[in-house]
Amino acid sequence: MQDFAEAFRLAFGLVAAMDANLVEIIGLSLRVSLTAVLVAAVLGMPLGALLATVRFPGRRAVVIVVNALMGLPPVVVGLLVYMALSNAGPLGFLQFLYTPAAMIIAQSILITPIVAALTRQIIEEMNFEYAEQFASLSVPWHTRIIALISDARYALLTVLLAGFGRAIAEVGAVIIVGGNIAHLTRVMTTAIALETSKGDLALALALGIVLLVIALLVNAAVMSLRAGAERRAHA
Amino acid sequence: MLDQPVARSATQLPLAVAGLCFRAGGSTLINELDLILTDHGITVVMGPNGAGKSLLVRLLHGLIEPQSGSIDWNGKGCGQHTRLRQAMVFQKPVLLRRSVAANVDFVLRLKGIADRERLEQLLAQANLLAKADQPARALSGGEQQRLALARALASDPDVLFLDEPTASLDPSSTQTIETAIAEASGRGVKIVLVTHDAGQARRLANDVVFIHRGAVIEHAGADGFFKQPASMAARDYLAGKLVI
Repeated sequence: MQDFAEAFRLAFGLVAAMDANLVEIIGLSLRVSLTAVLVAAVLGMPLGALLATVRFPGRRAVVIVVNALMGLPPVVVGLLVYMALSNAGPLGFLQFLYTPAAMIIAQSILITPIVAALTRQIIEEMNFEYAEQFASLSVPWHTRIIALISDARYALLTVLLAGFGRAIAEVGAVIIVGGNIAHLTRVMTTAIALETSKGDLALALALGIVLLVIALLVNAAVMSLRAGAERRAHA
Repeated sequence: MLDQPVARSATQLPLAVAGLCFRAGGSTLINELDLILTDHGITVVMGPNGAGKSLLVRLLHGLIEPQSGSIDWNGKGCGQHTRLRQAMVFQKPVLLRRSVAANVDFVLRLKGIADRERLEQLLAQANLLAKADQPARALSGGEQQRLALARALASDPDVLFLDEPTASLDPSSTQTIETAIAEASGRGVKIVLVTHDAGQARRLANDVVFIHRGAVIEHAGADGFFKQPASMAARDYLAGKLVI
């Protein structure tokens, strides 16, 4: 119990002192996860909107696959990305293995299906509501998709939040493709795993506290933004 | 009743509908319907609940496909190409999750017009200029319907369909909408108005199409229809009796 309290005391000390090592790890974690969210948004949102608005043969099968991919096991993604980026793999020439780029790729693969599937659900409901009006106005399909994404923007923020939550808390894939190399690919989750195994509970706990605070802050920011929009009847 | 307007909608009329059938769920909702509209002005579509009025305007606007029969707008058939010069106001307006001005601006931009003056003119006509920056969905029911009409008129249509646009609205909003309809008709826009409100039909109609059980029972000039309806169903309907 005393060790536990001591670990907490040391952890708050590290956070309060803005320990350089801690700041570096937090910075890299945010950079990797936010970039992955950006990639997932660019790929997943248009894909979800397309699936919601365009009818084509096999669409139902694609929807099922995208939904199923939401539950991709991170270690499997890590392994596949590792194989693709290793020297013997098809993308080995990129020399991305054990770099933040590899971690971004792995996290993007993990969260793009989440963004696509949730976007499809939101846009499909809105498209159902708008469909007759858009048909009456003869709105072209690309304008329709842009309008739907624009009008669903506050609901889609929650989708990005879900993606960010998955990315920032993910450990299995990034440890395989990043290697948890100090000052290069060490992020909060991999550092927590490492420091815990070394018995340095203070640093692990400090990182855990920061991870929780980031999750809380991002959630609070998105929720307040959405609540504000709903009050203004935009959502 | 209004004077016959300038023939702006000449490119769309005449409308010839022949043998139109629409079935759903094992029921025939539109049954061998024939209709010819040659005159400009305001055509009011009346009939008891479930007669097929709303379905008919959706078919004429090309929003749904009939199982058989033909709809022909001045030799051009019916589809997206004819819909481009038409607009529709639905009974329950579907407003975009944007501001009042942005809803109208969406249609103006769609038609390749980015004209602030035109936008303000349309909002002023709908008595909504003061609420231009407010969220459209925060408006009252009457204001929402006025906005839906302003948005429909923003597309500068030759034909405007209105599906019970004033149902459940307060008299003031009803008057604003009726004035806008009359003004649009005065500019030569062909109006096809579905209404249950016999008073509204008397105020606005040039001609009346009376529908019962998915077929046109009577199509006559408004004066003749209201003074001496030819069919028993129309007489009963205007007398306030249940028409089954």
